[in-house]
Amino acid sequence: MDDKTIGNGSEEVRIGFFICHCGSNIAGTIDVEAVADYVRTLPNVVVSSDYKYTCSVAGQDMIVEDILKYKLNRVVVAACSPLLHEKTFRAATQRGGINPFFFHMVNIREHGSWVHQDRALATQKAMDMARGAIARVKFHKALEKRREPVRQSVLVVGGGIAGIHAALTMANAGKKVYLVEREPTIGGHMAMFDKTFPTLDCAACILTPKMSEVGSHPNIVLWSYSEVTEIKGYVGNYDVTVKRKPRYIKEDLCVGCLDCIDHCVFKTGNTDDEFNQNLSKRKPVYIPFAQAVPRLVAIDPAACTHLNGGKCEQSCATACDRQAIDFEQKETFEHIGVGAVIVATGFKPFDAHRKPLYGYGRFPDVYTALEVERLVCSSGPTGGDVVLKDGSKPKSVGIIHCVGSRDHQTNRWCSRVCCMYSLKLAHLLKEHTDAEIYNFYIDIRTPGKGYEEFYERLQEEGNHFIRGRVGDITDVPIIPEEEGRMIVRVEDSLAGFVRRIPVDMVVLATGLEPREDASEIRRRFNISCSSEGFFLERHPKLAPVSTTTDGVFLAGCCQGPKDIPDTVAQAGAAAAESLVLLDVGYVEMEPMTAFVTEKYCSGCKTCLPLCPFSAISRDEEKGVAVINPVLCKGCGTCVAACPSGAITQNLFEDRQIFAEIEELLVHA
Amino acid sequence: MPENFEPKILAFFCNWCTYTAADLAGVSRMKYEPTTRVVRVMCSGRVDPQFVLDAFAHGADGVLIGGCHPGDCHYVEGNYKLLRRFRMLRRLVASLGIEPERLRMEWISASEGERLQKVVNEMTAQIKLLGPLELPERFREWDTELHEETFDKEREVVASGQ
Amino acid sequence: MGNKPKIAFYWCSSCGGCEESLVDMAEAIVELSTQIEIVLWPVAADFKKKDIEAMADGEIVATMLNGAIRTSEQEEMARLLRRKSQILIAYGSCAYTGGIPGLSNQFPREQLLKYVYHDAPSVVNPEGQDPQTEFHDAGRVATLPIFSEVVRSLDQVVDVDYYIPGCAPNPELVLDAIHALLSGNLPSKGTVLAPDIALCEHCPRLKTKPADIAIDEFKRPHQHLIDPNVCMLVQGFACLGPATRSGCGGACLKANMPCTGCFGPMSNVRDQGAKALCALASIVAGTTNEEIDSALDGIPDPVGTFYRYGLAKSMLRRKVNMEPTLSK
Ligand SMILES: Cc1cc2nc3c(=O)[nH]c(=O)nc-3n(C[C@H](O)[C@H](O)[C@H](O)COP(=O)(O)OP(=O)(O)OC[C@H]3O[C@@H](n4cnc5c(N)ncnc54)[C@H](O)[C@@H]3O)c2cc1C
Ligand code: SF4
Ligand code: SF4
Ligand code: SF4
Ligand code: FES
Repeated sequence: MDDKTIGNGSEEVRIGFFICHCGSNIAGTIDVEAVADYVRTLPNVVVSSDYKYTCSVAGQDMIVEDILKYKLNRVVVAACSPLLHEKTFRAATQRGGINPFFFHMVNIREHGSWVHQDRALATQKAMDMARGAIARVKFHKALEKRREPVRQSVLVVGGGIAGIHAALTMANAGKKVYLVEREPTIGGHMAMFDKTFPTLDCAACILTPKMSEVGSHPNIVLWSYSEVTEIKGYVGNYDVTVKRKPRYIKEDLCVGCLDCIDHCVFKTGNTDDEFNQNLSKRKPVYIPFAQAVPRLVAIDPAACTHLNGGKCEQSCATACDRQAIDFEQKETFEHIGVGAVIVATGFKPFDAHRKPLYGYGRFPDVYTALEVERLVCSSGPTGGDVVLKDGSKPKSVGIIHCVGSRDHQTNRWCSRVCCMYSLKLAHLLKEHTDAEIYNFYIDIRTPGKGYEEFYERLQEEGNHFIRGRVGDITDVPIIPEEEGRMIVRVEDSLAGFVRRIPVDMVVLATGLEPREDASEIRRRFNISCSSEGFFLERHPKLAPVSTTTDGVFLAGCCQGPKDIPDTVAQAGAAAAESLVLLDVGYVEMEPMTAFVTEKYCSGCKTCLPLCPFSAISRDEEKGVAVINPVLCKGCGTCVAACPSGAITQNLFEDRQIFAEIEELLVHA
Repeated sequence: MPENFEPKILAFFCNWCTYTAADLAGVSRMKYEPTTRVVRVMCSGRVDPQFVLDAFAHGADGVLIGGCHPGDCHYVEGNYKLLRRFRMLRRLVASLGIEPERLRMEWISASEGERLQKVVNEMTAQIKLLGPLELPERFREWDTELHEETFDKEREVVASGQ
Repeated sequence: MGNKPKIAFYWCSSCGGCEESLVDMAEAIVELSTQIEIVLWPVAADFKKKDIEAMADGEIVATMLNGAIRTSEQEEMARLLRRKSQILIAYGSCAYTGGIPGLSNQFPREQLLKYVYHDAPSVVNPEGQDPQTEFHDAGRVATLPIFSEVVRSLDQVVDVDYYIPGCAPNPELVLDAIHALLSGNLPSKGTVLAPDIALCEHCPRLKTKPADIAIDEFKRPHQHLIDPNVCMLVQGFACLGPATRSGCGGACLKANMPCTGCFGPMSNVRDQGAKALCALASIVAGTTNEEIDSALDGIPDPVGTFYRYGLAKSMLRRKVNMEPTLSK
């Protein structure tokens, strides 16, 4: 506690300034020696030096040594962004024997050398920034990080392969897992595939065992047909509300015998089967697919006669000898507490209607890839028969790559899996129909283990590959062979002329997009999106599964397009990060919270309505405002608003900020 | 207007959005005018109108406040509170003869490095047209009408000592 | 008699209310006069500037100076009294923060002179004369002080030891200050001699202010009936009570008018107007520019509302470019 006295005004402020070359990243644009020389002339600066790589062990050791040698009690480092290395240098400051919050960082790389070209002006700016920091750090105080215990449970949102893998990893490590899935079953997109590239192993064979393990794992609470409606709290201690939509089935009674489905008054399906991409019909009482987990039926309120107020003999209910059907069921809410959250809400396929020239919805035999996934699947709408709408088998098939991807009119990004799944579908379609298969591609991208080999195999199998972005699909023939068929018009960029390829079936390799509700979900979990709308990782390289909200992690395609191997790897990483958090057992709370100095508080209540976390209450007896440090997240909104200046935010105190402002503006 | 006028823009950037966007602009090596001096705050809601006026009074030619888009504030709604103050502050500053273009608020998300670049360049260009604000110089000039030399011996001593 | 502490009172740009407040001390001032020797008090007694000039530096124990500084003569007197006094007290809002006269820092001097000597409806000036600093007539020279461009608080001209806020200060505070002075029981230099806590603290209306207050419309007090028991902000009247030092005893609120801020800011605040603006705007309802603006439209004159007494001493001090630039 000795260091608490430092900086309380009792002793002389002794500042050490260290400026980093960052190789040539900074020194290439900023005259670091000149900045160091300048800072040396500022009041209270005892030592000012430059170093090649300050964040290196040697660089940090230099700071530690200088603290001891010069009896420093403040440290300022001018280097990269504090978001990158503030922790590193705080730790070094602490190793030197002073409180880590006597440190301040100046961002002269991201905000300096990397964005400016004029050496003189960039150097000037660096000097100004350094002076601002020197002025501010004088007013720093010793602060303690508060420790809060971490709840030993995790919430996984989304039960695709990402959520499944993350949930199982956590559960196997002995943590309690709540898996919340919006649909009646887990499985996500993977459950819809017949085979998976590049190994062509059967999707169900590798997925269903994992799904049933989730369903039966003692550490996993699986809530399907449910959604997270609210999340409050902070890392290690999140309070979550989960809405459980009524499926009109008593879950504890239903054993999944499916008798009710057989006995529904509708003898065949009366509504589109979403799982089969609407290529078939299902009944109002249904199970999405045979291996669904949980193995529970659901009654679709939109399709059920009774639930729509119509007259129905409710034969499903009478057929159930366990009386599991309950038409009175209402939505319920579960309240849970968790230490960490893994968001794994996946992707949405690009809507092919948005490329009208490709004829989707206009020509009956233009399919999306996901539809074809169902068509080639033996449990799909046609039992695995690839037949056209008129019942015939296609003799030639065109697969159009990059639909909606790498396209400035729609999505600019590469969806990463389409080339590979197009090859997979080409193989499967050939196997099922023996048709001629034409792949229309811009580039074939096969960066993955065994992927290029798979591509070669497809070439050897006699598939056609035509390089060029397809212009449109037309049904206007100009030669007899085109009669009654669709013609793919494409500029073959290898041959150098426009080709017309008549086909019977078109498959659109639609890209991957953020889900429609991504921005709503992002707000709920207080995370960010990158510009295209996928959830944003904290750092693209160094923190790929973390988010800007501590304790909230990302897994799978909600973070960006990826294949199953990458999804699983990322889910494992998210689970590992969560495990670290849970196993450490406590979190250190950043001390930048706010507090009220009672003697200055008039009790005017200005601050009370401003705190989004209800951290501020009123002590009626004393007539003053009180901030609960556990609830305060340190935004500083109340601090700015308090008309008495009675609220102080640690590390963002008025006097610190005023000093910084005023010194930043003095020209060196 | 002095030649080579390099405006000084004091910027308050919220840690989670605009500050990160500025980092992204850096990582992406997007070049922009070296006119900003950034004060990092955790949330734009921390920005106190006093800070803005203090910046002007100490020589800022412009003040830029960057926060998260509405609905995106890391602390839910700090940016709305800023917006309310800003709407009033803008009127006040204008009533006090400071061109409203010198005070700007922008919602720039963490992924909008390009937007940050654009905003800084745009604001710099605008302020270059307006010319320097130079409040400290003006204060000094205003005070030349004081009669220190004639009336105040003590001050005279101090003044000549400078 | 000679060893009674010498006290001076002086006035500069002020309305006379501060003098009134001294007179309001009634018997107390009579009683005080046995303990002190008043050496200057233009409103009440006939002392001459040359008497003061003749004194030794620091001979006056304390001077209470009210009014802002606007003319060369006021400046000269301020400097003179500063030199002759051990303690200089800025008395009242005008001396403390510029006060109401400070509002004229929104206009150029020429515009003010033109209005006052030519354009004001009540002006009778058939020859269109402007005031001159010097006037020669039959070999004699009459002078007028220079009317300066900028209105200043006392401490923008000379060093000030203490401040007594208020427009006008109330007698209790003044008496306390004088007693402290006589007993030598003074706080540290620069202190404002009024409680360092906002007016809301003792306001009987505070209990009616809800914790979730959100103002959707600001109203102007002269256009509406005001409920005498309910917090002004709840009723939509821009009350500066939360941002203003107490010590006035809530005089305006007792008269059913919102606080206009004359006691100035608390010690942790650097610019009362900015803080008041921030506090009030933060609790405005609405999330769009339109909603927010419509609530704020009820404050058509932000300078007059937030800097009624403090413009001269505010961070910006004065309107910067005198050409109007107001735009929406
Ligand atoms: C046509 C096609 C073929 C493909 N073929 C292959 C292949 O052969 N091999 C391969 O490696 N990859 C393939 N992929 C890629 C593969 O689909 C993805 O890598 C994988 O599905 C990603 O899994 P995920 O869990 O991240 O997302 P998803 O599979 O999309 O799962 C997300 C889950 O979260 C649920 N959810 C969404 N929002 C919420 C919410 N708010 N609350 C609760 N739950 C929610 C969804 O209902 C869903 O169950 C293919 C992709 C497509 C489009
Ligand atoms: S705003 Fe400030 S003075 Fe008013 S109640 Fe809150 S802490 Fe106290
Ligand atoms: S700083 Fe104030 S408003 Fe922000 S979280 Fe803390 S108590 Fe709430
Ligand atoms: S805002 Fe005004 S009326 Fe309301 S409690 Fe404060 S001083 Fe009283
Ligand atoms: S966190 Fe960015 S504006 Fe609040």
